[in-house]
Amino acid sequence: MNVKTTNTRRRFAAAAAATTSVVMMLALAACGEGDGGGEPGGAGGEKPYVALVSKGFQHQFWQAVKQGADDAAAELDVEVTFEGPETETEVEKQLTMLQTALDKNPDAIGYAALDSEASIPMMTDAESRGIPVIAFDSGVESEVPVTTVSTDNLAASAEAAKHMAELVGSGKIAIIGHDQTSQTGQQRVEGFTQYIEENAPEIEIVDTQYAAGDQLKSADAAKAILQAHPDLKGIYGTNEGSAIGVVKAVQETGKSGKLTVIGFDSGKAQTDAIRDGLMAGAITQDPIKMGYETVKAAVAAINGEEVEPVIDSGFYWYDKTNIDDPEIAAVLYE
Amino acid sequence: MTTKTTATKRTPTRFGNRQQLQQILAFAGLVVIFGFFSFASPYFLDWANVKGILLATAVTGIMALGATFVIATGGIDLSVGTGMTLCSVMTGVFLANLGLPLVVGVLGGLAVGALIGLLNGLNVSYLRLPPFIATLAMMMVAQGLSLVISGTKPIYFSDVAGFDELAGGELIPGLPNAVLIFFAAAAIAGVVLSKTLTGRYALSIGSNEEATAISGVDVRRWKVVIYVVAGLFTGLAGVVMASRLNSAQPGLGLGYELEAIAAVVIGGTSLRGGKATILGTVIGALIMATLTNGLRIMSIPQEWQKVAVGIVIVLAVYADILRRGKEA
Repeated sequence: MNVKTTNTRRRFAAAAAATTSVVMMLALAACGEGDGGGEPGGAGGEKPYVALVSKGFQHQFWQAVKQGADDAAAELDVEVTFEGPETETEVEKQLTMLQTALDKNPDAIGYAALDSEASIPMMTDAESRGIPVIAFDSGVESEVPVTTVSTDNLAASAEAAKHMAELVGSGKIAIIGHDQTSQTGQQRVEGFTQYIEENAPEIEIVDTQYAAGDQLKSADAAKAILQAHPDLKGIYGTNEGSAIGVVKAVQETGKSGKLTVIGFDSGKAQTDAIRDGLMAGAITQDPIKMGYETVKAAVAAINGEEVEPVIDSGFYWYDKTNIDDPEIAAVLYE
Repeated sequence: MTTKTTATKRTPTRFGNRQQLQQILAFAGLVVIFGFFSFASPYFLDWANVKGILLATAVTGIMALGATFVIATGGIDLSVGTGMTLCSVMTGVFLANLGLPLVVGVLGGLAVGALIGLLNGLNVSYLRLPPFIATLAMMMVAQGLSLVISGTKPIYFSDVAGFDELAGGELIPGLPNAVLIFFAAAAIAGVVLSKTLTGRYALSIGSNEEATAISGVDVRRWKVVIYVVAGLFTGLAGVVMASRLNSAQPGLGLGYELEAIAAVVIGGTSLRGGKATILGTVIGALIMATLTNGLRIMSIPQEWQKVAVGIVIVLAVYADILRRGKEA
């Protein structure tokens, strides 16, 4: 440490630096003020309060779920908050969020479990406090949730496989998965593989690689598979990031049009790829309905009404031909 | 740091020799990995695949170039991953939302990177935060701001003519621009590290900060400069990433900093500072990408790919330690 520097000078410099830092951060933050919005309001007020703990919030899919939840909240006059961890692997962080949500003592909780077993103690806790739990997106290994609002991922990915089989006929195909540890991630692959094994013996799935739904990494993985299997005829990407990565890989290897690409969910890059013919089609869930049904079921549970044990939020196959149909367009997000 | 290593560092001839040896070793490692996969899979050694590896190296590689400067001072930069994301988002704001000219948008993206570096530098130098903490905080701030500014939605460049050509086009037929940009950036980084005051002071601060200060160098000011340089590379990585995806993805980036740091370390740059080469970092980044690509081509599951990369990091750093032990 330089002893000669006087304390005052050092302190002044530090203060100046601190001020500059803060001012710059504020300036940076201010330029983003535009459409950031969506501050979750606290509990409080007379309205029933439903706390939703989701698997994420920055992914387009979760934003659509939130939109559906907000729609239902406005319609049924309840207060809804929505939060989730940054990535879909942060099981521990999500549990903390669930705990905090429970501590706010809401009238009901909506919970999309990242891990189907990790939250069991908290489920018991919610039950003992008399807070009804609505599971959404994927189930929890517990009797506590009144209902589970989710896409039947096995059926949805089997539908993807059906279209793949029709389009490819025979030969080699591969899968780019997004998550090998969550139930949703597993079922997206399982439903697909099962359908191919049972109904399309002419088709061989030569490889399944996981790339965490990261576009770049999915592209790199798909390119490696294409390299190892030059005669590959189709690739299925199990979520938005995976599917976009596959399209990227096909473009970058110059195999556009020679390969059948099937995706999952939507997002502008994916819908553009379908319009441009780079992608044959995709399965879309109905995230808006998922959010809507979750809040609706929560309100029913608060009012002590009967709720079906499983609520299917549905899925659709969409391609170039029906992408602009009103019922499809309504559930696709940008 | 032991006095022995400091003494070694002051001997110019040995310094040069060791740098060379270290690069040769890293390069040999790359050749061995390359050779292994060429034998293991008939599809590995193919220009299309090599191109794929180079393209996969570009973004992390550019980030690693910047990180090399910070690590050379004995610091660490955890903000390069999400910082890169913030730079792509801001590039999106400039180009897609505000409709500024292409050049302005790209320079704006780089400027945001420099600003991130400036804040890191000020926090490290003048607030005397440990680099780990200062850049950890920036990592979080950048991630949060990316999400806030983009409204958690990707920003698409579909209406910005020519933007995807920046990284995706091929000025040299057969070689994507992203790779070209990476090599050009590496060349610049190499010159800055070895031929300019910024680079020399970075290494000197990393070797012995007190001695550098006593010799009359304004260490705090130069640290700020070094972090700004690192930030510029983060900005460049952000622009290249955005161009390659033709969109700014606010959710990406976390975890990329560790890949960049791993590349730097495999390349022989010491986390204790004072010892860094750009060529080493380039080779380190290539090793990371080659390994992942090769294991994927062999259909090794992703779980095992991670194990393999981890083992390579240990081997690379241990080889470096062994060599240093012999010289002392």
